Amino acid sequence: MQIDDSRPIWAQLVDEFRRRIAVGHWRPGDKVPAVRELALELGVNPNTVQKSLAEVDRLGLTTTERTAGRFVTQDVSAIRAARAALAATTADGFAAAATGLGMSLEEATRLLEQRWNARKDDQ
Amino acid sequence: MTIPAVEVTNLSKAYRGRPALRELDLALPQGRIVGLMGDNGSGKTTLLKILAGVLSDWQGTVRIAGHAPGAASKALVSFLPDASFLPDAHRPADSIALFERFFADFDSGKAREMIDFFALPWDRSLKEMSKGMREKLQISLAMSRRARVYLLDEPISGVDPASRDVIMRGILQNFDDDSLLLVSTHLIQDVEQIVDAVVFLKDGSVLLSGTADDLRDEHGMGLDSLFRKVYAS
Repeated sequence: MQIDDSRPIWAQLVDEFRRRIAVGHWRPGDKVPAVRELALELGVNPNTVQKSLAEVDRLGLTTTERTAGRFVTQDVSAIRAARAALAATTADGFAAAATGLGMSLEEATRLLEQRWNARKDDQ
Repeated sequence: MTIPAVEVTNLSKAYRGRPALRELDLALPQGRIVGLMGDNGSGKTTLLKILAGVLSDWQGTVRIAGHAPGAASKALVSFLPDASFLPDAHRPADSIALFERFFADFDSGKAREMIDFFALPWDRSLKEMSKGMREKLQISLAMSRRARVYLLDEPISGVDPASRDVIMRGILQNFDDDSLLLVSTHLIQDVEQIVDAVVFLKDGSVLLSGTADDLRDEHGMGLDSLFRKVYAS
């Protein structure tokens, strides 16, 4: 993960942890790594990690059990919603860039379809 | 209500009439990593020395976990000065023995672990070590005390970027949640991501201070850029 120093780090960590859950890098029911472990992995302050994980709790993607620690939610609808939100943000980025290049929705859709299929052929 | 780890009120210090700190106010809670930043001569080292209890003859109020600087506060403070404080002939084991004798809160097992983490040679004396190695040894010793307040004066200056990374990792790994770590540096980029809060000093006063993420949010820039901006104005 690349950290942008000009934006609050805690918010970037929230995005990163949501992404990990949305793409299944952290699976439903998995134990979330300890705060210090994440701080060392990402090279950031443990308090910042703590604050971000609390926000991910608040979003309903993780739950904290007093003694056992923090776990990824088993609620698939919450994870599905996180995935949808991540996809929407990515789509927004593409839409904004395509608009900036002066493309119509039709052209952008055709281009997306073309690239999508080319990518499938590559695999 | 917990007592701040460091509380400074109206602190002034002059060297032969030349002011180094001017009516400085500062309160820092425990459990934080705080960057003390400022250009040369801004008062960083003077402030750290006063907090460490090694400078006298200043005006104002200073409290370390409630104690005025003295024997009681020194027992709670681990100070890493910017100049080398270990004899040249020392090998790491000699320095560990020295710290064990001097400091009741010193954990020699932790020091050995950190020295191994930094991959320092056990068979070399300080004289035979590079500057980066000496710095790593001193940090290993300073961080291996179970102190309430850690004061690190320029722990990464004069060290190559790869070593700086390793040093910051070592500090991060060994930082205790109940303590305060105050680290002075002019290399803001290297500590940018690990500090909770920053204090910018200029001409012996606090120019700007705050939580790192709040400052990024408020100014829309990193601490390094912010530092350049506020010093230029």
